[in-house]
Amino acid sequence: MNFSRRQFVKGGVTAFTFGFAAPQVLCDIALAQGVPSRNLVVVYLSGGNDSLSTVIPYRDPFYASRRPTLAIPAANVLQIGTDSSGVELGLHPRLTGLRSIFDGGRLAIVQRTGYANQSRSHFTGFDIWGTASTTNTSGTGWLGRYLDLVPPPLDPLVAWNTVRETPRPLMARTVGVPAITSPATYAFSSPNTGAEATFEKTAQTKISSHLPVDRPHLAFVNSTTQAALGTLDRVATVATYRPAVTYPNNALGQALTAVAGAMNKQIGTKVFWVQTGGFDTHANQGANQGSYVNLMATLGDGLKAFYDDLSAQGMLNNTVVLVYSEFGRRISENGSAGTDHGAGANMMLLGGLVRGGIYGTAPNLSMDPANPTLENSNADVKWETDFRGVYAKILDNWLGSNSVAILGADYRAGAPNVI
Amino acid sequence: MLEHILRRLGFGASPAELAAWSALPIDTVIDRLLNYESQSTDHDSKIGQPDYIGITTQSGQPFSPNTLINDARQRWLFRMIHSQRPLEEKMALFWHNHFATAYSKIAGAVGQERATRMMDNDPASLAGSMPGQIQTLRQFATGSFPGMLLAMAKDPAMIYWLDSQLNTRTRPQENFGREIMELFSLGIGNYTEQDVYAAARVFTGFNWQIVGDRANVTESYYTFLFRPADHDTAAKEFTFAIYPDGGKIIPARAAANGEQDALDFILALGRNPATARRLATRLYKFFVNETAEPDQALVTAMANAYLGNNYNIKAVLRTLVNSQQFRDPANFFQRYSWPAEFVVRAIKETGWTGLSVNAAITPLTNMGQQLFEPPDVNGWETGPGWISTSSMLSRMNFASTLAGNQRFNLARDAQPYRQTPERVLEYSLARFRTMGFATAQTNSMSEYLRSTAWTGSDAQLQQRVPGLTRLIIGSGEYQFN
Repeated sequence: MNFSRRQFVKGGVTAFTFGFAAPQVLCDIALAQGVPSRNLVVVYLSGGNDSLSTVIPYRDPFYASRRPTLAIPAANVLQIGTDSSGVELGLHPRLTGLRSIFDGGRLAIVQRTGYANQSRSHFTGFDIWGTASTTNTSGTGWLGRYLDLVPPPLDPLVAWNTVRETPRPLMARTVGVPAITSPATYAFSSPNTGAEATFEKTAQTKISSHLPVDRPHLAFVNSTTQAALGTLDRVATVATYRPAVTYPNNALGQALTAVAGAMNKQIGTKVFWVQTGGFDTHANQGANQGSYVNLMATLGDGLKAFYDDLSAQGMLNNTVVLVYSEFGRRISENGSAGTDHGAGANMMLLGGLVRGGIYGTAPNLSMDPANPTLENSNADVKWETDFRGVYAKILDNWLGSNSVAILGADYRAGAPNVI
Repeated sequence: MLEHILRRLGFGASPAELAAWSALPIDTVIDRLLNYESQSTDHDSKIGQPDYIGITTQSGQPFSPNTLINDARQRWLFRMIHSQRPLEEKMALFWHNHFATAYSKIAGAVGQERATRMMDNDPASLAGSMPGQIQTLRQFATGSFPGMLLAMAKDPAMIYWLDSQLNTRTRPQENFGREIMELFSLGIGNYTEQDVYAAARVFTGFNWQIVGDRANVTESYYTFLFRPADHDTAAKEFTFAIYPDGGKIIPARAAANGEQDALDFILALGRNPATARRLATRLYKFFVNETAEPDQALVTAMANAYLGNNYNIKAVLRTLVNSQQFRDPANFFQRYSWPAEFVVRAIKETGWTGLSVNAAITPLTNMGQQLFEPPDVNGWETGPGWISTSSMLSRMNFASTLAGNQRFNLARDAQPYRQTPERVLEYSLARFRTMGFATAQTNSMSEYLRSTAWTGSDAQLQQRVPGLTRLIIGSGEYQFN
């Protein structure tokens, strides 16, 4: 479980006075909460994805002229048809796996998502997307607030973070999210063996049960230890999962394997956080080769393997995958064959019950001063769909929660009907 | 008090070091730690000597801390453990987080040997070579902050990390121009997007060059290069003051004099009150207390010390260590130990006989702090951000590894107290200081020592004293310093 320092200061630490359910009743809770239950897998593209290279308006004459070295030739894109404004779109050539999911009607692409006065800072941008607030970016995250509303007693594995740091979106007032980067190494070692090792584990568990209300930071650390020691056995079962499909041998592939394993072992986790980095492509982004091709290979191949794995297990209808980044990138390439920080970008959703298709309209990349689809003197893509509308759809229609309470406002009107 | 000072201005103390320090008045201790320039710099010469923690060389290769990153990590940890200037290493760690630069991106471009030199090269290792980034941060650690900003703008590792070498007159590139304001000085909210564009143009022409035989990866290295032809000579206008008279425009100037743009701009960032306040706040949280809102009176005093002393960091630290807040017991153990701090303190307090510092490298990664590899330019998420279920398992497991490794020393040290478990416990709690445990917790420790009937035999001490040590070092209480 994790709180940020800022949240401790802001939210008041006295809220942090909960205990977890005892391990022996966890399986009962998981069952009572409806296993197999619906879950959400968030795949965050860290660094600001150049979504104009993910979903390409390849006929826009300014696409080629503003991106002399980065533009992908029309002949190479994976055509997916036109959006409601008649713009022809194609996926990046390396996203063959996503194209097959799109063709199966299970990939939704929401164009030009964002918010007014979009931040170009990685960190502020990430926090705005994480908190779902443009004004209080140091508070709890939207997924954290969802977890806060799940009826207690909570299973400590109700959410599962596959990276070491707890990201802003998962920060909650009363729920700590375990960070489990690798189920195989999630273990408690000992300088001794046999009974002596067991004595230590028992003692460490007792010592960490001290959760003093007047020392909230200590209580936070000790309850984190409690959550770790209390979930070791169940996480170990996930490490035994052997998928039938082959995942790419990279960090994203390994994280998604663990997610599929947790689903397979019926851990009962409702929210998974996965991220993959390298999207801050200021330089040598490339067109037919270069860093962006590798990024798309990692993303597309990983998601396709995961999708096929769930499909083979019959769990596709329990899962929604949300893919997003903290901002899009500048339309015109810079002098380094890369792109600087921009604004509006695409969100993607996939899953067995996702309504696939293209939502929203593509930007018109012309330099006409009256162009309504761009901002910042036509340098960046202007948002059309508030990202919180997509969150609202997921919260209300998928997770069965209350988006107005969680997002602090009603974003349902006009939200794309993706799920 | 003494142990608190040693934890804050250093990484804690071994029992022998603690005994030596305790002979001195506390003000002398602080003065010696703060004004470390008179202390020896011979730490590296002790690598490989008996009585110091060991290092592990890679198969068949000599120890190469200037050209192999794993060896550079070992050398830095060795210094944290044994340097006579612990504050220098502590500040280097602080600035490493502030100017967070990751080795892997650079190694991808120039290979591991030259990238390692860029991170932490000792210039004495190769004639003419540049100090690595961390060496530069040590050099400026308690000196002029604008000087450090300028050194970082010209630091080859930073240049490649934030793409400055691609930032030219015809194609300005904003990466460094943005981060120097957002993360290195003013902080967000104190500049506009227009300032980012202007800042990018200030640094056009900042580049790097390779020196030496490119094919010889261990004897070639990178240095700063200013390329006037790439510099944007037009005037640059900002929304905040660049000059003491309030002027916001860096004037147009000839390309040959283009580096002056950066000097003007960096000095403006350095003397901006927002920078003073931001640095003071960060240093307060690093040295005093990060679990409560910063004491605004002390932060203001530190910011004023900065502004009134030519933006000198030592002046800020002097104000800090002389404050009542620094020595206030209410602020003891009110910081989350960074993984490097946790590991080094645990080693110093437990011992290192037969131990290689290499044993800490992978655990540090699992705790979330691989040296020379911060997650992004924003540095590590410190404070509670260090703590997660997996990082706590890593901390507990490192305590286990260390205690097991020092099994015989720990057992021997406890022999005088072997009559009862309670005496062993009392001894151990005094050796491994924390904010203090509740009675229920110390009862659990006693119960642990009595898991089977207490005999106090050597064999039992060799199991239970390491076991108790790992319980204490792995406790929540020990994660604070």
